[in-house]
Amino acid sequence: MSAAPPARGLSRRALLGIPLAAAAAAGAGFYALLRRMEAGHYDPHAVDNPLVGQAIPDFAPLPAQDPASIGFGSADLRAALHATGRPILVNFFASWCVPCRIEHPQLMAMTGAGIAIWGIAYKDQAADAAKLLGEEGNPYARLARDENGRVSIDWGLYGVPETFLIDRAGIIRGHWAGPLAPETVRDEVSPLLRKYA
Amino acid sequence: MIRALVLLIFLAVPLAAAFAISDPAEMLPDPKAEARAEAIGRQLRCLVCQNESIEDSGADLARDLRHIVRQHVAAGETNKEIIAWMVARYGDFVRLRPPFEPLTWLLWASPALALVAGAVIVAFALREKRPPPAPLSAAEQRKLKDVLKS
Repeated sequence: MSAAPPARGLSRRALLGIPLAAAAAAGAGFYALLRRMEAGHYDPHAVDNPLVGQAIPDFAPLPAQDPASIGFGSADLRAALHATGRPILVNFFASWCVPCRIEHPQLMAMTGAGIAIWGIAYKDQAADAAKLLGEEGNPYARLARDENGRVSIDWGLYGVPETFLIDRAGIIRGHWAGPLAPETVRDEVSPLLRKYA
Repeated sequence: MIRALVLLIFLAVPLAAAFAISDPAEMLPDPKAEARAEAIGRQLRCLVCQNESIEDSGADLARDLRHIVRQHVAAGETNKEIIAWMVARYGDFVRLRPPFEPLTWLLWASPALALVAGAVIVAFALREKRPPPAPLSAAEQRKLKDVLKS
């Protein structure tokens, strides 16, 4: 058996080697994928929001959500961006959403650092959202409520929380679905805020 | 008894899902318009569950999107317009049938490429039949005899 069989179309080496190489390549690919998922660089469920790079969608003023006294619409958002010349984060949240509570300390920290965050309560009971913000602090400079979720759909929202970074020209420059981890704020949100400051 | 119960549960699961989507309160009064809305909805991915269409999904967002589709259908918009409305908000990902564009050429061509690859392998395998082994030389014949004897 020492001598290899005479070569024909596909040698025995190729017959064994090609599937083996394919399996090894697939394994390496899966390993890289899992590592990136573990490190939080890759989320297979994330949906690329097509609005990134585009102007914020127009929406009529939404009603205020306690404890805010006035709500806001796209015109208010654009006016504030124009007046301050600094980017604004728009954060969609709900009191019934557990990941929103995970992200809450990061929002409080950013507000403490002087970053403007405008909030939209998604399909939330007014009293429930007010209670949450009363207990855990209110990071929002302006706060509105989207009771039936229609404005949120215009933003391409598919869950809460989601956060958008709007530059001073009213263009959406960043989008994060899911709770903002401290690392996400440090590695992604803060650099983008500096870039568009 | 337990077996019947388990069977009942398994039968009830898809049934419950089926009921969730055919809530008469959601449907358009015009059966033709409703059929069109359902056909559009079946092409749209539920962003929450991701492997179901919004017609099949019980998610809250899917219900909202079904409602929006019906509003647009009732307003007389074409299927193309309604799908474009969804794509503007959720990207091509919302389409369960990806469009044919440079990014998806490989995806759409993959069945043909797999067929070609298979054909190449088969062609290689068939091309050269292994030649029958050469007849043994006189020396080899003797060696064989010795081996068989011992």
